[in-house]
Amino acid sequence: MRGLVLVSHSEEIVKGLYSLLKEITTKTPITLGGGLEDGSIGTTFDRVLKAVEENPAEEVYIFYDLGSARMNIEMVMEASSKTIHLIHAALVEGCFVAATLLEAGVSNEKIMKQLEPLIIK
Amino acid sequence: MLNLTSTQRWMEHFFEEILTHKEHLSDLDNPIGDGDHGINMARGVEATKEALATKDITSINELFKTIAMTLLSKVGGAAGPLYGSVFLAFAKASLDLESLSKEQVITLFEEGQTALMSRGKAGVGEKTMVDVWVPFTAQFKKGAVRLEDVDGFVEATKPLKATKGRAAYLGERSIGHVDPGSYSSGLLFKTFLTLELF
Repeated sequence: MRGLVLVSHSEEIVKGLYSLLKEITTKTPITLGGGLEDGSIGTTFDRVLKAVEENPAEEVYIFYDLGSARMNIEMVMEASSKTIHLIHAALVEGCFVAATLLEAGVSNEKIMKQLEPLIIK
Repeated sequence: MLNLTSTQRWMEHFFEEILTHKEHLSDLDNPIGDGDHGINMARGVEATKEALATKDITSINELFKTIAMTLLSKVGGAAGPLYGSVFLAFAKASLDLESLSKEQVITLFEEGQTALMSRGKAGVGEKTMVDVWVPFTAQFKKGAVRLEDVDGFVEATKPLKATKGRAAYLGERSIGHVDPGSYSSGLLFKTFLTLELF
């Protein structure tokens, strides 16, 4: 099984994205790492790790918004035993494309190819 | 020699300095970042003080590891993974050591610097804390570093144009401001020098 992990400095952003993706997914597990514990803005290693570990999939695609999220995700990639694809795509468009293709059972190779034009960071 | 007691004194002093300069760190971050470096660092430091108070720390390695893990989970900004990586590297460099000689402290700073640069993917001259770490470590390796030297390294980030982090979006407009991460790293080094160990 392959899943999606959404990481943002804002909890509202990933919650909104979650609702959006729920419109087009039924079987792709989605977990969220948004904001800090107290609801304020930011990202931490712990919150990202939790989102990755809580995702029932052993292989996940991670999408994120800004720089420090990336550093925390990269530390999680070193700490977690899961297969993680970190995608440097525009957050909204990227996760929407990935969710559509994961749901349709498309291969990783083809998903990456289709995400290519959306890579912005 | 840097032993557990002096390392604890160093860290306590560093935490106090972060809390004292909380406003200033955020003020520096206002024009070129998101204005929260002081708040983020203070949140991390408060949580670290709490974590250390409830733990019986018996080694330098354990001290640095506890600091690293707390900063990683509490800071919330770019400083979290950056300082987290630095202190993890410090923990690794002090593993099984009861005290550190000057040579070993040089290795400690070099390992911290390497971890910082690989985590942030930053090199010299990009207006990041790397611009304080690299000259400090190089000069410390050669001989003595004075407090005003560290101030000089921090101040030297002012004319640089940022190419990393949020300040990079501002391009030329980032020129003329001291980098907040460099300022907090300056505090780390100045509190170390204040120990007058080497």
